[in-house]
Amino acid sequence: MGLPEYLFLLQGLKWTVLLSCIGFVGGGIAGLMVALARTSGLPVLERATSGYIGLFQGTPLLMQLFVVYYGLSLVGLQFEAWQAVAIGFTLNASAFLGDIWRGSIEAVPRGQTEAARALSLGYVSRMRDVVLPQALRISLPATIGFLVQLIKGTSLASIVGFTELARADNIVSNQIFKPLLVFGVVGAMYFALCWPLSLFGSWLERRLAAPTR
Amino acid sequence: MGYTLDFQPVIAGLPDLLKGCAGTLLLAFSGMILSLAIGIGGVAVRGSSVRTARWAVIAFVELIRNTPFLVQIYFVFFALPLVGIRLPPTPTAIIALGLNGGAYAIEIIRGGVQSIHRGQIEAGLALGLPRRDIFRFVVLRPALRAVYPSLTGQFIMLTLTTSIASAIAAYELTSVAKLIENESFRSFEVYGTITLLYLLMSWGIMQAFGLVGRRYFDYPVK
Repeated sequence: MGLPEYLFLLQGLKWTVLLSCIGFVGGGIAGLMVALARTSGLPVLERATSGYIGLFQGTPLLMQLFVVYYGLSLVGLQFEAWQAVAIGFTLNASAFLGDIWRGSIEAVPRGQTEAARALSLGYVSRMRDVVLPQALRISLPATIGFLVQLIKGTSLASIVGFTELARADNIVSNQIFKPLLVFGVVGAMYFALCWPLSLFGSWLERRLAAPTR
Repeated sequence: MGYTLDFQPVIAGLPDLLKGCAGTLLLAFSGMILSLAIGIGGVAVRGSSVRTARWAVIAFVELIRNTPFLVQIYFVFFALPLVGIRLPPTPTAIIALGLNGGAYAIEIIRGGVQSIHRGQIEAGLALGLPRRDIFRFVVLRPALRAVYPSLTGQFIMLTLTTSIASAIAAYELTSVAKLIENESFRSFEVYGTITLLYLLMSWGIMQAFGLVGRRYFDYPVK
């Protein structure tokens, strides 16, 4: 395995990082909407978002990518493969992050909301200034845990036919026919991406588990 | 765009798809049993006094949890023949699923074991219970009970992960769907339908775990 092969794999790594970023940012924005709708107290919104979350948590990510990929072209929207895959990851992330953040919002003590109400803060201010900052703190370990899952999940884009890291290794492996070496190197690349995040996540978790005051 | 949905190939392929569901469930349940065994064994080793064994378990868990399943299953698929084990794709997939699920199970069960109060174990020792009984009845069972919900969630994830086994052409729902898609080109209809089938299966497994949990762990706490 020479330099050109490594460069090709690194090219794939670039796409892996890019897809993860798009999924995380897009999914983060949409996930916040989902979490807010899920805790809004309006039965229609709560039931709709609960169904949305259940749908994404109860089906394989691979199927979600396939359905989005073929579904988009079916309704007449022409997207390139990477765009369709990015939309799939964004939707998936919005459901999972929405559920994580719903839990965190509910974990903020009720007294905080009640105090904010007593101070006659409106919904926006109550959420932005009181509840969400505390929820963010609670949600950090799980959010990072999901980010690791998302990075690993981008490998599935290769099955849908998009050249990111896992796909690149398939191509390289077919060319030089040393599959173990290639998959080992690629595994190490994913590991180098995910492990620091995981360590950071568990460090945060330990720190947050310590009493706040 | 004038695209009309045509479910004819899906309906014609329904018997095959249902057989695919059975394949998926077989993969999932074998994978669950293997991961539970690895999980319990791993926790026992991780709590042992042999340092290298402890580190080996930690390394295994970190390695599996920080790499994608797709890479793992390819790795197992190519590595097994090199060590002289030739297996068809489906057993290979079960091994990969078991290794993957096992790493997560170790972490989950370890959390449960840590929640067991030291006094419980000391009480067991004071009663003269053999170490093995202490592990089984004083530590493991209450620990499993404590982490049962997370374990259920993990096993549902494992069930959904089986779809990736289609990458090495193991016999399961996604592989069957790919065959039908290749013949009919009705991609959206086929994948849409099996998405619903997956939803049904994960829902069913959740219900089943709830039932089993209520039976097996339904003993008074105090």
